[in-house]
Amino acid sequence: MTRFNAFNLFAKALGGHKSWPEQWPDARPKPFYDAIIVGGGGHGLGAAYYLAKKYGIRNVAVIEKGWLGGGNTGRNTTIIRSNYLYDESAHLYDHAVKLWDGLSQELNYNTMYSKRGVMMLAHNVHDVQSFKRHIHANRLNGVDNEWLTPEEAKAYCPPLSIDPGARYPVLGAALQRRGGTARHDTVAWGYARAAAALGVDIIQNCAVTGIRRGPSGAIEGVETERGFIAAPKVGVSAAGNSSVIMQMAGLQFPLESYPLQALVSEPIKPVFPCVVMSNTVHAYMSQSDKGELVIGAGTDQYVSYSQRGALHIIEHTVAAICEIFPIFRRMRMLRSWGGVVDVTPDRSPILGKTPVPGLYVNCGWGTGGFKATPGAADLLAYTIARDEPHPINAPFNLDRFRNGRLIDEAAAAAVAH
Amino acid sequence: MLLIHCPYCDEKRPEIEFAYGGEAHIARPHDPSTLNDEEWEGHLFIRSNPRGRHHERWRHIHGCGRFFNAVRDTVTDKFETTYKAGEPRR
Repeated sequence: MTRFNAFNLFAKALGGHKSWPEQWPDARPKPFYDAIIVGGGGHGLGAAYYLAKKYGIRNVAVIEKGWLGGGNTGRNTTIIRSNYLYDESAHLYDHAVKLWDGLSQELNYNTMYSKRGVMMLAHNVHDVQSFKRHIHANRLNGVDNEWLTPEEAKAYCPPLSIDPGARYPVLGAALQRRGGTARHDTVAWGYARAAAALGVDIIQNCAVTGIRRGPSGAIEGVETERGFIAAPKVGVSAAGNSSVIMQMAGLQFPLESYPLQALVSEPIKPVFPCVVMSNTVHAYMSQSDKGELVIGAGTDQYVSYSQRGALHIIEHTVAAICEIFPIFRRMRMLRSWGGVVDVTPDRSPILGKTPVPGLYVNCGWGTGGFKATPGAADLLAYTIARDEPHPINAPFNLDRFRNGRLIDEAAAAAVAH
Repeated sequence: MLLIHCPYCDEKRPEIEFAYGGEAHIARPHDPSTLNDEEWEGHLFIRSNPRGRHHERWRHIHGCGRFFNAVRDTVTDKFETTYKAGEPRR
């Protein structure tokens, strides 16, 4: 791996930048690996990287049916925050936020993590009370979060309308200053390049078609479009397709897959300094470094794997954006797209072991998995390497749907993730 | 936006007239007090979530207000058929 630094940039410039090597080789599958990760998004590639880097398992393959980061890693709105209500969630997401810090240096790849702050608007008395409760709970867990008056919110984000006569007036806001955004593609590419440099095989355009289990029920390997690949340990990080993969192993999961859409405007000069979310009117927005306003819409109501959603969902979100930010009413939207998100009944992920020996899972991130990428990857790698969950992800087990110890962020976070 | 055929109104209407009602043919337990934890998990949380034919409930909430069942392909979002509640699974 040629490191990205000023010296190499200068040296390669002398040759017209024609001698840069490929960032990772397109590997051919070997017959046997110590561990296989199914799914080449940020979570899966990161898990392979941490297995090789931190947990000493280097004979690892990542198997991706399409191209790297072509699923939800490349389809989200790149928001990073950890101001979750419940202790378990705060620990999980803050583990990730701590890893985002320094990730660019660690991977030698600019993930463009920008701590520009995530501000969540309160529009009614219930919002005010609930956000203040969140702030206190977060602070007890060592997660920064603070209360802003409408004037302070306006000062932090000038395009915001705090007109008291608005249909949904802004009564205040909760601000997590460590929250922000990152460049989604570079997260997948950075992990892929760093993992490949440690000897991980990255196999693209190779769908998993089956999971083979031995007479004892334990994992023997995966069937793919390019033949059988043996491995005693398989980690599944397949987002919207997790149910499908789990059914190959004979497991029924508490998941449903929904379309989730996002859209971007035409690029404009920097006007929008932070991320603003409003659960009540269901809108959230940030501005990318390219200048596009990045807007997240809601999920469609029905189960689907189509990677597209309906226009009335976007219309609903854009109407809310125009209400809170009248300045953007004449903006034109450039592109919209959809991803497939796997949603659990309590809106918290499932990260840990499964009833099948040697099969591990990282799924159920629903509408908010990007922010957790480094944390989820690290914890999945830990769980695979040790064959037991880390204390941070132990509560996010599959058994909670049987014993009732749900982590009900569906109730705590309402719609937004 | 989906166009959905309501089997009661016998008309194809836009999706915004309808509310999705989750997976179809999940029967409530006959005798809830006899269920163990595993059976409760199955009833409350486990869903088939198939990539392909999906049996699901819809309610024509801004029309006749009635529930019905549908078979839809979850990859193409195309409806195969809709049928009245209480009719056998297709």
